[in-house]
Amino acid sequence: MSILIDSQTTFIVQGITGREAVNLTRECLDYGKGAKIVGGVTPGRLGRDVHGVSVFDTVGQAVEHNGAPIDGSVVTVPPAFTKDAVFEALENGVRLVVIVTERIPRRDVAEMVELAGEHGARIIGPNCLGIIVPDVVKMGGIGGPARDAAKSYSPGPVGVISRSGGMTTEMSSTLTAAGLGQSTAVSIGGDAIIGSSYAELMPLFEADEETEAIVIYTEPGGRMEADLARWVSEHDSRLPIVAFMAGRFMDEMPGMSFGHAGTIVEGKEDTAAEKIARLAEAGIVVAEEISEIPAIVKERIAARV
Amino acid sequence: MLKPGHGESRGIPDGNPGTATRAIPGGMLSKARAAGFPMQAGRGEPRDSAREPGLGALRYPPAPQMRFFEYESRAIVANAGIPVTQHGFVKSADDARRVAEQIAGPVVIKSQVLTGGRMKAGGVQFADTPEEAARHAEHVLDLEIGGHHPRGVLVDSRAAVKHEYYAGVVWDGIRKRPVMLFSDMGGIDIEEVAERHPEHVATAHFSTLRPFAEWQAKQLIASLGVSGSALNRLTPILARLARLFLDYDMTLAEINPLGELEDGSFVALDAHMDMENEARPRQRAILHELGVGDEETRQAREPTPFELAGEQVDAQDHRGVAGNVTEFDGDLGLVIGAGGGSLTLFDAVRAHGGRPANYCEIGGNPSVRKACGLAKLVLQKPGVDKVAVMMSIVSNTRVDIVARGVIKACVELGYDPAEKIAFFRIPGAWEEEGFKILARYGVDYADRSVSLHEAARRAVEKIQGSAGGDGAAPAERFRQTTAEIGDERDV
Repeated sequence: MSILIDSQTTFIVQGITGREAVNLTRECLDYGKGAKIVGGVTPGRLGRDVHGVSVFDTVGQAVEHNGAPIDGSVVTVPPAFTKDAVFEALENGVRLVVIVTERIPRRDVAEMVELAGEHGARIIGPNCLGIIVPDVVKMGGIGGPARDAAKSYSPGPVGVISRSGGMTTEMSSTLTAAGLGQSTAVSIGGDAIIGSSYAELMPLFEADEETEAIVIYTEPGGRMEADLARWVSEHDSRLPIVAFMAGRFMDEMPGMSFGHAGTIVEGKEDTAAEKIARLAEAGIVVAEEISEIPAIVKERIAARV
Repeated sequence: MLKPGHGESRGIPDGNPGTATRAIPGGMLSKARAAGFPMQAGRGEPRDSAREPGLGALRYPPAPQMRFFEYESRAIVANAGIPVTQHGFVKSADDARRVAEQIAGPVVIKSQVLTGGRMKAGGVQFADTPEEAARHAEHVLDLEIGGHHPRGVLVDSRAAVKHEYYAGVVWDGIRKRPVMLFSDMGGIDIEEVAERHPEHVATAHFSTLRPFAEWQAKQLIASLGVSGSALNRLTPILARLARLFLDYDMTLAEINPLGELEDGSFVALDAHMDMENEARPRQRAILHELGVGDEETRQAREPTPFELAGEQVDAQDHRGVAGNVTEFDGDLGLVIGAGGGSLTLFDAVRAHGGRPANYCEIGGNPSVRKACGLAKLVLQKPGVDKVAVMMSIVSNTRVDIVARGVIKACVELGYDPAEKIAFFRIPGAWEEEGFKILARYGVDYADRSVSLHEAARRAVEKIQGSAGGDGAAPAERFRQTTAEIGDERDV
């Protein structure tokens, strides 16, 4: 099984006529069993077609054309228009919104997240590459073209959650090479405020029978790792978690930030060293190198049985 | 008794953005910690500890927010309808005298710099007469603080303060909402108050979808036992602060101290505002009003010539990103990407004893020209012996294009790519093409079966094994092959 999406998930691509969105649409259609992209939205482009996907002016038109509610949307519109696009999707009954767009002001993200909460919907991102269920479906640019994604991702027992889109693929590829497939890999985005954090995705993986372990990619900055450590301590999770922390060098440069906007040295407990300590306290193994991860995962899965 | 309202009392008078102690919701703020604050303040400023051997203070990536000078923060606060003390921002001693004359009372002269340690450095001076104000201003205007030359001085009246409060708003990244902080112990660092007197700090999250209501401010203030006229006068001030935080896309909006005067009125004695960089395009109106130019980045330090050249490499071509080029003083040049991969690789190089000459984040499908430009820049940096070209698995960026770019850079500089490129590890899109090119030039490369850490280890080993490199590569041999590397034919 998987979390968030499966082969039956219907979704639209908002901003579908943009260059990156056209590629992303192709990739998703080609990958696995082929994504059910039931429409695309670009205002003023009603009647066009992107790789066989009908383009509409509004989300409402896409829903009407589909004849049933649409599960998800991949949003790739420019930052100034993202909030409106996401609001439109949410108000039209979309329950899962993957926001690819980068550089969205925090206030807009907070508003989108708040509205999603009121609708019982979920946001992944912004500034993320989306979700992939190996060999089944992908929603977003994650893993790249179908042929490339197939090299890195394979089905199996590991749930992957990463603040870096590229590192989602790097870590999954390392697992795949070691014979450990992935149940679902989620690129959650690197911004200071994101729709779904590690701790918020954990209950989904917890409920997924196929998932036996979790691998996460983390960076300094923010409090998401501390939040995950708290969740794990409070919920007695059945899933062993192995983490990799990049950007340790930033501890020697207080007051500075690197990488994603959320990679911020915000205070003592947001440093790499402090996060590693917190994760360790909660029983989460922090690998020194990515190549160590598969062995640790296997060992931890074996120890649970 | 006249109680100075500008923090010359109680130890943290400075009001400087950037001092470590100033960071409101810092790591030690227990209540804030419980609330899961994003600790936004105190970032983006080089501190002394950032100047450790081998790792200089970093400039990149741009801090996520733009810091305002104190005089600008006051203008923002005043514009939102929050009373401030009578003051003037001036750039000359004569103007300082004139403002002091208008104020007609004791004043404080405050250096306007975007760095910490203002008080300690002598950048805050007190004056009882306009003459004294002019004298102090002359001195402060010439005083460099932490490498920063002041933009001017603030001449501020010293109000008769009865009590000092604190009010601030920041984002909470876990709750994904703004949170307002209030304390009846203002004037000192809020972090310290929260640690020593947590019962004197109250917090409240609020919605971004619904307008901020007065009762929310009232409830927060009253929760600390503040009542009477103080409650009724504080309420609109906090409500306005909450609204301006959202209206102007701030990441921090703080008034400290918020002074209660002898006559029972309230006034912002100091303010600190940071605006999110991503929101600057839509905040042009207020930025122009404040005289902040679009190009004014206000980074922690000035870019070095090397970093400026990195920006030019990025700007010369719209394809891809060669971003966050930051200078270090090592001998191993890095052409690495993207965000997460760069962080991992920089760590890995250091873990294996390597000394990076730079940091960078290249990705987003750069052109040959951009990859070449970046590699050339790094190769020409004094002290650089070799470059390592490494990325996490790419899906958008093309391996062959990056390979062409870095080989072209070597060749055009008269170097042997096989010698200058310590190691190449970029798996992913178009890797077969890329590896073919690398093999033809004898460059040591690997596919995804070699981990990022192993790649870094090999690169470091290569540079440690070489005795400094003579640089006098057989230029001619390679120059003739430049043509086949191509330029933009692969686009």
